[in-house]
Amino acid sequence: MNREDARVSNPLVLNFRAFIGRAYPRVIGAHRELSWIFFNTLLPLLSVAAYVFVYAALGAPAAFAGFVILGGTMVAFWMNVLWSMAAQLYWEKEIGNLQLYMMAPMSRMALLGGMAVGGMVMTSTRAAATLILGVLIFQIVLVVVNPLLLAGIFLVTLVALYGMGMLFASVYLLYGREAWNISNLLQEPVFLGAGFYFPVQSFQRILGGPGRWIAIGVSLIPMTLGLDAMRQLLFPELLEWAFLPADIELYILIVLAVVFVFLARRALAYIERLAKQEGRLTQRHL
Amino acid sequence: MKDAIRTKELTRVFGGKKRRLRPRDAPEKRVIALDRVDTQVAEGELFGLLGPNGAGKTTLIKILATLLLPTSGSATVAGYDVAKDPYPIRQRINMVSGGETSGYGLLTTRENIWMFSQFYGIPSKVAKAEIDRLLKEFELWERRDAKVRTLSTGERQKMNMVRGFVTDPDIIFLDEPTLGLDVSAARAIRQFIRGWIQENHAKTVLLTTHYMMEADELCDRIAIIDNGRILACDTPERLKGMVKREVTVKLETDRLKDPKAFDVIEGVQNYVVKEEAQTNRTSLTFILEDDAPIGDIMSEVLNQGSKVQSMEKIDPTLEEVFISLVGKGLD
Ligand SMILES: Nc1ncnc2c1ncn2[C@@H]1O[C@H](COP(=O)(O)OP(=O)(O)OP(=O)(O)O)[C@@H](O)[C@H]1O
Ligand SMILES: [Mg+2]
Repeated sequence: MNREDARVSNPLVLNFRAFIGRAYPRVIGAHRELSWIFFNTLLPLLSVAAYVFVYAALGAPAAFAGFVILGGTMVAFWMNVLWSMAAQLYWEKEIGNLQLYMMAPMSRMALLGGMAVGGMVMTSTRAAATLILGVLIFQIVLVVVNPLLLAGIFLVTLVALYGMGMLFASVYLLYGREAWNISNLLQEPVFLGAGFYFPVQSFQRILGGPGRWIAIGVSLIPMTLGLDAMRQLLFPELLEWAFLPADIELYILIVLAVVFVFLARRALAYIERLAKQEGRLTQRHL
Repeated sequence: MKDAIRTKELTRVFGGKKRRLRPRDAPEKRVIALDRVDTQVAEGELFGLLGPNGAGKTTLIKILATLLLPTSGSATVAGYDVAKDPYPIRQRINMVSGGETSGYGLLTTRENIWMFSQFYGIPSKVAKAEIDRLLKEFELWERRDAKVRTLSTGERQKMNMVRGFVTDPDIIFLDEPTLGLDVSAARAIRQFIRGWIQENHAKTVLLTTHYMMEADELCDRIAIIDNGRILACDTPERLKGMVKREVTVKLETDRLKDPKAFDVIEGVQNYVVKEEAQTNRTSLTFILEDDAPIGDIMSEVLNQGSKVQSMEKIDPTLEEVFISLVGKGLD
């Protein structure tokens, strides 16, 4: 091989290839382990079913079943962010990949970005399966009011969510094993807080003033506003349950996305420097 | 000739200082892993680092691979400072460690190597062709589509080697690349390294090892390192020449009339005689102060009307060099 072939001087080209390279195992991996499809498609449907029955039993409007199915679909992304983004760098360090990643000339954002987009693509196929099955089984009626806005909100929600995952990835790396517990700790409260199975408006309706603050607090998790906005656009008959107008939610999500990605970048740079100084983060030496 | 690697007073200390955000389990003890190391590796050299566990070999490699910062002193790789200018270094280096478990078990051998090649921006087509060529060279072709988690230790290490070499680095760091491998896998890897450096004159290899024989056989120069210090650095031959040691000579002659006659020769410290009845020969093992008495021994054999059938001088090995410098062997 000749030298000019091997060394890429354009960092944009290099980082694009690195990004694709890192995304690849996530996308391909999904189709190699068919059991995961079962766990990630059918199991979420079970908890979804439970909520659908509860709403039906209480005589809630039919669109509430749609709320729940959309929430159950988005759970896949939250789990992916928590366990395959946030915990990822720590895990990469343990198996010895991280030092090879850090030694490569690629940008660290290509690494995180590849991880994130690979995860999104993989999870999207599963989420789509959950959504389609749910809609068919429970005969949900979707009214797509504004497809462009809907797509925009979905994408920005994912970027913000995975941006948060990137940030967590660096933080987890710093705290090692203890971070694992954070993931466990976050899982259930976020299921509640982000309103996967009910509109966050409920906080305010049930708890009054303090409830509003809870809703604002959980809006830091991009899933919350994303879900709320998508529900408004898919089930307009329940607009009274909206927390904030969808377009405002989109703007907030854009800000969250930018802030998370920016912070993730800073955090990883900081951690890399710390690792090189203290010699304990990129090494398997513990 | 240009320097591929150069270190000046390179020092690395672990622990001791108060750490920001230090996890509870972080070690408190201060360890000087490298202690004012000065080395110079020329372009085209196959340079070995030989040292016991904890000597600082991996620490040195990690600093050179831009994964760790020096505590003090400096290091340059391919002319760039590891602390100030890591990016151009990263484009030109790669590293393979023994017992490495890198990659993803779900991917195939080929996919894994391809993924790592992409982190260097190598065009996919170029990378794939090169991966195939290297897999064949390592006799791993049959396992190209096997999932990585099904590879044996030897196969896995060969895959790691392909991963390291596929980016065509100018300088490659090999940290105990044959660790835990069987004889044939280790041989394949050594052969590859030797071939690579012979074919590519401007390429440089920095290799660490526990195996004396490996260092001796492969390296142009060897640094013996212990406790973070380089104790000696030279060609294997010259290192061996450093150890003052008796010369051992094995001699086989036609049956001698008077095998005790060698007592009087000056410089003969000791010798052992064995009569081989079957072949009607005598075999002698001499321990000599130096080479000088060899001539006298030969004349004595001839004087007795006998002939020398074979003579073998047993050289000191790196083992002895190591023991004399470090004060212990390499298990
Ligand atoms: N990240 C780290 N944190 C704390 N101490 C470390 C770290 N890395 C290495 N050390 C210490 O530095 C010293 C040198 O270690 P190093 O790994 O460089 O040795 P080595 O020569 O590669 O040994 P081996 O033959 O066992 O691989 C050892 O005392 C080791 O415990
Ligand atoms: Mg080591």
